[in-house]
Amino acid sequence: MSAGDIAWVLVACALVLFMTPGLALFYGGMVRTKNVLNMLMMNVLTIAIVTVVWTLIGYSLAFDGSFGQVIGGLGKVGLNGVEGEELLFFAFQLMFAIITPALISGAVAGRMKFSAWVAFSTLWAIIVYPIAANWGFGDGWLFTWGARDFAGGLVIHINAGIAALAIVKVLGPRKGFPDEPMRPHSLPLTLIGTGILWFGWFGFNAGSAFGANDLAINALVTTQIGASLGMLGWVIAEWRKTGKPTLLGAASGAVAGLVAITPAAGFVGPLPAFAIGFAAGLVCFWAVSLKHRFGYDDSLDVVGIHLVGGILGSLLTGVFASNALNGDVGNGLVYGETAFFVKQLVGVLAILAFSYAASWVLAKVVDATIGLRADENDEITGLDLTLHDERAYITE
Amino acid sequence: MKLVIAYIKPYKLDAVKDALAEVGVTGMTVTDVRGFGRQSGQTEVYRGAEYKVDFVAKSKVEVLVDDPAVGGVVDAIESAARTGDIGDGKVAVLGVEDVVRIRTGERGADAV
Repeated sequence: MSAGDIAWVLVACALVLFMTPGLALFYGGMVRTKNVLNMLMMNVLTIAIVTVVWTLIGYSLAFDGSFGQVIGGLGKVGLNGVEGEELLFFAFQLMFAIITPALISGAVAGRMKFSAWVAFSTLWAIIVYPIAANWGFGDGWLFTWGARDFAGGLVIHINAGIAALAIVKVLGPRKGFPDEPMRPHSLPLTLIGTGILWFGWFGFNAGSAFGANDLAINALVTTQIGASLGMLGWVIAEWRKTGKPTLLGAASGAVAGLVAITPAAGFVGPLPAFAIGFAAGLVCFWAVSLKHRFGYDDSLDVVGIHLVGGILGSLLTGVFASNALNGDVGNGLVYGETAFFVKQLVGVLAILAFSYAASWVLAKVVDATIGLRADENDEITGLDLTLHDERAYITE
Repeated sequence: MKLVIAYIKPYKLDAVKDALAEVGVTGMTVTDVRGFGRQSGQTEVYRGAEYKVDFVAKSKVEVLVDDPAVGGVVDAIESAARTGDIGDGKVAVLGVEDVVRIRTGERGADAV
């Protein structure tokens, strides 16, 4: 790598790390005042926990070759022999490993025991994330076979989104859901978080070029277009349906667009990014209503935005990908070729099945040992006071 | 002596305070409260889901007044707080047995 490449990826590491506190604020604004610190804490502690487990074992399980094309080995445990440019690769991948379990936290907001979150997120970061990363980014079967995930549609967004669905199935709904209004307590906080996520996402997607080059430029441009079209799609959809445009809709649509462009950012040009972003805004606006139809309490719509946006983006990558733009990828359906699209479809189904099953088992194990659910009175009083002995807003 | 309690729209608070000052009121207590009357709440929409919010934010203004001033105080609140829309609020007048100014020990009308 040139000095320029190294400099850009170093900066991208910092950008992607910044996304997790951004995500904390994005989520924190959407919960009620009694649970906001718990929400922030779930995210921020994940930074420290995953840094430890990824360094000690996670990186090795993801990127030390692939046993049976399913899981990496133990040769890089404790960063054995990992140095120089590979150490930079480790650091960049660490930031992805951090935000992925953090994404799940939005689904369980307002009723999960904190010790259970620590146990679940730690186990998930050791077992589920490295296997998915081995398949999608490493030497595992999906990557080897030719499916492609530029910056984490499969490995990060579908993986976290379907894990969120699995854990809320075990955890159950918040007391009072869906009849009691559970309104976001601070949308300005959510918008600060959205801005930080968007800013950091340039590191996420353009950094995934792993160099300061044309591919990174393309990814940055498609990311900006995807986010903007996602915002427009969502706002137009809700304006037509409910009669008013909302700030939460604009923020949610931008994130939906960012999610959907993530797997495609380095494989499609700027014009397909319009279609991917706009589709994400429309489809995710519809998808956040599914929890009311099917009765699962995904508090902050991790399923509706990250799972659905991730599936949409991964499949549309199979539609619009251009081998002429990036020789690493097959041509999409728009070029009259079906083989690459089929690989994307199989990749989506494989991550859905694996992550749902593994996450469900982990949730059951934590439930049987520690207990997933906070005490009922603690949930009613609020988790900030009962689980953390502190309050977000002191007015006296 | 009377205690005048007004439940008003929060953004009318400054207008009510100024109107009360004009009729000679020198003190009041204001509390942020929530409630509903015929307005019966409002609808908010988050990510396409409609929430019926029963309790609407209001300001509660309490003023202690001597009997002769009651009419002017109630009129001042009424005209300053009115928009004509549903949800303008209410004014109640309650009888008060005694009032004590703690600093001086004055009682009754002198303490108002």
